[in-house]
Amino acid sequence: MAVTGILLALFLIAHMLGNLKVFTGETSFDHYAHWLRDIGKPLLPGVWFLWILRTVLVVAVVAHIVAATVLARRARAARPVKYAHRKKVNGSYAARTMRWGGVIILLFVIYHLLDLTTGTLNPVGDASKPYGNVVADFAPERWYVTLFYTLAILAVGFHLRHGAFSAFRSLGQQTPRGERRARTAALIFAVLLCAGYLVVPFAVLTGLVS
Amino acid sequence: MNLTLRIWRQKGPEDKGRMVTYPVNDVSPDMSFLEMLDVLNERLILAGEDPVAFDHDCREGICGMCGLMINGDAHGPQRGTTACQLHMRQFKDGETIDIEPWRASAFPVVKDLVVNRSAFDKIIAAGGYVTAPTGSAPEAHSTPVAKANADAAFESAACIGCGACVAACPNGSGMLFTAAKLTQLSLLPQGQPERYTRVIGMVDAHDEAGFGGCTNAGECTPACPKGIPLNTIGRLNRDYLAATAKGANNTPGS
Repeated sequence: MAVTGILLALFLIAHMLGNLKVFTGETSFDHYAHWLRDIGKPLLPGVWFLWILRTVLVVAVVAHIVAATVLARRARAARPVKYAHRKKVNGSYAARTMRWGGVIILLFVIYHLLDLTTGTLNPVGDASKPYGNVVADFAPERWYVTLFYTLAILAVGFHLRHGAFSAFRSLGQQTPRGERRARTAALIFAVLLCAGYLVVPFAVLTGLVS
Repeated sequence: MNLTLRIWRQKGPEDKGRMVTYPVNDVSPDMSFLEMLDVLNERLILAGEDPVAFDHDCREGICGMCGLMINGDAHGPQRGTTACQLHMRQFKDGETIDIEPWRASAFPVVKDLVVNRSAFDKIIAAGGYVTAPTGSAPEAHSTPVAKANADAAFESAACIGCGACVAACPNGSGMLFTAAKLTQLSLLPQGQPERYTRVIGMVDAHDEAGFGGCTNAGECTPACPKGIPLNTIGRLNRDYLAATAKGANNTPGS
């Protein structure tokens, strides 16, 4: 869980930095998007690098889900008779929504790919004009799309808050002081990532990017 | 105090079990929780009914025998306290209190509130010991131990094996117990020879016993009557990673 989670978190950082290029203007953003398809040229032909990256990500996602499913099944088997009276757990909201939060994130990723990668669900859906796709996507009259993106990003934020701490712990973080630092680092990371992702749709919504 | 108790009654391991309501009147706030159950049992016996079976031994919070899920809290609402050391002044007059056994497939119910915690013994048998020459106690200064290590090992050694961590864990994992029993040895010089076979053996025994996997949810430490810190599990993880990297197996002494 920790290793695949870290791979996916690294991708999230890169993806967020790429998104923020939307503030540098249409030409620059579109140029960046096209450059992504050409990384590795001329060593690798065409979009090979992108496909290698996509393969790594899909493997990481599948391995992450398989590991989570194994844990969830073990948890169910470990407590066949439920408590009649069980308080809400003492742990954080993030910790107790990891499983369903993960499912929500998966559904969001599928929608997100259909929206801004294949363009199937995008009002413009022109792969050569990613800037136009983004602007059309978060237009004020499509507020429900922005709302859905916001909720999904917050779900990612909660997932990362517990996930990042948990990854440190799984990889051997072992002192009480380190635990406080790991929790703080996970919280800051989750908040920064949420902010970095949400600033784009809200910039379009408020007309800052058009 | 007058209380209404809803207690899990189960005749034996095969019985399905159910919650049964008992009113208990004239409870002194100075009674311990187990004394309150004793009062209920005396009345049940006088009325010719089957008394409620529950585990207990020392009644001073050090043996780890008593363990009840009280209103959804392992060992009740007071932190750092076993059920036997919990007093009725923690509850309000007229309150309804739900009492259930630990719920885990690795801890099958024997009767009513009594569970079989032999699974913990299997984890200990798989590595929770050191191989040391016996005889008279050696001179304490002959093996220096860093103060920080001694303190952390002592924190782990406070574990009484009551099973509250398993009962509180949303995954039914016994990782806090396993980590405590592991680190009390792995932090000390005497525990080093078997350090890496021990961790593989104990984690394997933990998984084979049917406990769930740890997801760092953090439920166990607040429920633990001895307050074993959550980072103890991190010490286990680090030893486990090191052992896997070394290719250690679970055969002690190898």
